[in-house]
Amino acid sequence: MATLELDLAEEAVSQPAKKGKRLGILFWAAIVWMIFAFAVAIFATLLPIPDPAAMNMLARRAPFSATHWLGTDGLGRDELSRLIYGARISLLVGLCAPMIGLTVGGALGLLSGYFRGRAGTFIVGAMDVLLAFPPLILVLAVIAFVGQSILNLTFILGVLGIPAFMRVARATTLTLSRREFVIAAEALGASHARILLRELLPNVILPLLAFFLLGVAVTIVVEGSLSFLGLGVPPPTSSWGSMIAEGRESLDVAPRLAFLPAIAMFLTVLSFNLVGDTMRALTDPRQGAL
Amino acid sequence: MTDKALLSVEDVVVDLPTPRGNLRAVDRVSLTVGAGQTLGVVGESGCGKTMLSRAILQLLPKKAKLTGRVMFDGQDLVSLDREKLRKLRGRSLAVVFQDPMTSLNPVLTIGTQLVETLQEHLELDLAAARKRSVELLAAVGIPAPEQRLTQYPHQLSGGMRQRVAIAIALSCEPKLLIADEPTTALDVTIQAQILDLLAREQRRRHMAMIIITHDLGVVAGRTDEVAVMYAGRVVERAPTLALFKNMRMPYTEALLAAIPKLDSAPHTVLPAISGRPPDPTRPLRGCSFSPRCRYAVARCHAEKPELTEAETPAHQYACFHPIEMPATVPA
Repeated sequence: MATLELDLAEEAVSQPAKKGKRLGILFWAAIVWMIFAFAVAIFATLLPIPDPAAMNMLARRAPFSATHWLGTDGLGRDELSRLIYGARISLLVGLCAPMIGLTVGGALGLLSGYFRGRAGTFIVGAMDVLLAFPPLILVLAVIAFVGQSILNLTFILGVLGIPAFMRVARATTLTLSRREFVIAAEALGASHARILLRELLPNVILPLLAFFLLGVAVTIVVEGSLSFLGLGVPPPTSSWGSMIAEGRESLDVAPRLAFLPAIAMFLTVLSFNLVGDTMRALTDPRQGAL
Repeated sequence: MTDKALLSVEDVVVDLPTPRGNLRAVDRVSLTVGAGQTLGVVGESGCGKTMLSRAILQLLPKKAKLTGRVMFDGQDLVSLDREKLRKLRGRSLAVVFQDPMTSLNPVLTIGTQLVETLQEHLELDLAAARKRSVELLAAVGIPAPEQRLTQYPHQLSGGMRQRVAIAIALSCEPKLLIADEPTTALDVTIQAQILDLLAREQRRRHMAMIIITHDLGVVAGRTDEVAVMYAGRVVERAPTLALFKNMRMPYTEALLAAIPKLDSAPHTVLPAISGRPPDPTRPLRGCSFSPRCRYAVARCHAEKPELTEAETPAHQYACFHPIEMPATVPA
């Protein structure tokens, strides 16, 4: 009788097909917009655009023209260059603040989820206090105390983001640390540090990164709101939020002054959300197989 | 038995505090495993098998209280400090868990998981660790091991995953391997392959092994000695051959009767053990199997039988009315 010979080697060698998923035009449009926004923000000083703070009282609220592509604002400053320089502030604050939340909140969440016990309770309690504090009042108080600057704004927005990141990290860690692979790692002689960094962190980082992109979007909006309220970056530095606030005064004569920065912000926030969602779906090797 | 035991578990008791009271998961268990020997631990779900394996590895939940001694290679694991214990685990003591779906980290590649274990314990450089990983995967019967290194656990089948888990457990040449229901999550043909693989690697590496299972069929022919557990206690313990030839404990008999037989007629009703194991938070005064035992008499409900020797010292059982010596009291 013929023996059943499985030609396993040949079958197994065939690598899983490369991820040929269609990403969709929306994803690529979002990527293009993000690259464009970052590029002009980074190379703003090299672009042939007028000084964003240079006023020209004779050309106030000028319409679109060859010299001022997007016209001028209420003080005769070039709208395009203010938008571009405003992108620098919005993106800088929008990226750096959630970074603080991601690192500090992520670390605290991992530790409190893994060790539980008294330290864990203390961390969760401290975060609850921070959450219970009205954020706007806290921002007001801190800005009033330490002064209005990009650094202070980034820092306070970052601190306010910590509890949310901590909760995401802790929730994921709590479920994961009961999984057998953590016990298996311990049974193989892994130290606490190794289990945290090599076993748990790679699992926790995925939802955290998805949350980070969402955080960027939210922070850009929050920074806009604060600037709109006059609590953001000090003038004459422009940010999208403060531009909308300034445009509000001439909403009836030149609505574009408020709408242009609003559109820029809308597109950027939407792009971050879209890319965040797609990236999470693509990079997650678990594929719901847990 | 062997002259010098590699592992000896002496009077181990594991208590778990629960909202409903103290749960005695393992009740005064004593076992020995010699170097190169295989011990099978058999019992139904919830009888303390897994807790016993966790107690040996010192991986009990934080709240659990452990008393007794676990002597491994001349050291008492219970009183060993954390750092020494950590060095011992993985290096000399290894485990294979029940479910290969959850015992591998889902977001790290097979290669990463193997290489890191090797680097941690054997202090190999990356190239050497990779080379050894490939050898290990080949040894556990994984085709095209080089390619497998870059794959994630979800890209492998259950049997393959269990092979990887075994490869990781074997990576540092442990002296004792604890296989906690290694085949429960796999289908029958793969079960046999995995058990054969474990037996082969055991012989080759001359390591001791504890196979924990609820299937007497798994331990038959693959173990040197079998311990039958019920409600946290060892109720019968014997060399495998002696156990199957003349078992003494009614529970062992009932377990054996509950294995489906290939030659029985279709639609034969499988003799199940009626009732359920006793509530571990409310210990019985008598023999814990007495409520379900068909030989039970008044004394069984009132007194706990101790492990006593049968015809050889290696064969021990805890029963007042062992089989072949039926109760004289009329039913």
